[in-house]
Amino acid sequence: MLDAMASPFLAVLGRELRLALRHPADALAAVLFFLLVAALFPFGVGPAPETLARLAPGALLASALLAALLPLDRLWGAEAEDGSLDLLLLSGLHPAMLALAKAAGHWLTTGLPLLLAAPMAAAMLNLPTEAWGTAIAALGLASALLSLLGTAGAALTLGARRGGVLLPLLVLPLAIPAVIFGAAAIEAAASDNQARPMLLLLAALVALALPLAPLAAGAALRGE
Amino acid sequence: MDKGGIQAAGACVLCAPWREWDREAGLLEVEELACWRGERAVFAGVSFSLAAGEAGLLLGPNGAGKSSLLRVLAGLLPAAEGRVLWAGLDVAADAPAHASRLRYLGHLDAIKSALTVRENLEFHAALGGGDVAAALAAVALTPLADLPARVLSAGQKRRLALARLALAPAALWLLDEPSLGLDTASLARFGALLRAHCARGGIVLAATHVPLPLDNARDIRLG
Repeated sequence: MLDAMASPFLAVLGRELRLALRHPADALAAVLFFLLVAALFPFGVGPAPETLARLAPGALLASALLAALLPLDRLWGAEAEDGSLDLLLLSGLHPAMLALAKAAGHWLTTGLPLLLAAPMAAAMLNLPTEAWGTAIAALGLASALLSLLGTAGAALTLGARRGGVLLPLLVLPLAIPAVIFGAAAIEAAASDNQARPMLLLLAALVALALPLAPLAAGAALRGE
Repeated sequence: MDKGGIQAAGACVLCAPWREWDREAGLLEVEELACWRGERAVFAGVSFSLAAGEAGLLLGPNGAGKSSLLRVLAGLLPAAEGRVLWAGLDVAADAPAHASRLRYLGHLDAIKSALTVRENLEFHAALGGGDVAAALAAVALTPLADLPARVLSAGQKRRLALARLALAPAALWLLDEPSLGLDTASLARFGALLRAHCARGGIVLAATHVPLPLDNARDIRLG
């Protein structure tokens, strides 16, 4: 049965990647938003390097998560608008697997570009270079969590009247633990402490969301 | 458009590789079906049946609930009352099996404009199987196959949506205004597709305001 699922799953994932490559502006917009928000912090807190460095982990994560939110309401919205969602739900691919494919596509097309831009944001926020590796790991895990939670949230708010506002209200509170653990991990790396425990906790959150978020999304889509 | 081309297109679909479906047991029965939207009944008390090889034309004024009925039959909308039976069994009992035996064509074409015509069909073939080249030939879109779908006209997009039907055989076709925007040649090709489908024992239920190129289609009135 897993075999029968593999080809449709890869077909959906492949289509997401192909569409993102044909419309690179969407990913670019998220990356620019990330960099701009990260750039706001130095203006806000003043140029004192120690203050900025203290703020850097949290600012990095908050900017990345906000940027990853941007393409989410189009995730299911675009499918619903042109009638593709009906066909995807009738295709025989389990709705949860469909949601997982969409979440993976979102991470690859939005999360990954954010990771590539992370060094630039880290530099703007005066994060010590020894913490950059941990920052990328923490951002990778946190953005994966956001892709999963965001896919479920977008499915739940699909068709809701103020869905664009409702989505962040639903997803960001759930993403708070990721911000806490991610920032703690980067902070630990910056002050020569062990970042591993925090990263493992973050990974545990992702592992928890990996089966649950797609199931929630699938249930929400089937109820449409 | 030469007759030979139309017949060849129909033959291509007939020879397309089969997915097993129970030809003998093909029977759609609708009993006292009702659908509600909020407080309002979109339609109620709808009953009819279609056997293998039969075609039904869903007729009625705008707002009578034809699109909603097709969506309920496809399993995309829940039925408030009544039931839908396939070969005597309630379809709600095995929704995935019901989804795999039908093809739904809605108002919207479900086409991604950034992908080429061929890529759009290849995606659907990856989901449900089928021969992309034969499907393109059946709707005469082969010359446009490698163009991005955004350059197609409305009628050509409708033909691409119809090509999905020609990918692989299915027992039940639920079509919502399938002929919208089709020119006479495309309409004739679509007729060949419909006839080939019914000849294989398939069932068609099409909501339409204009006559479809089908002989022996039964009228089912709504509203």
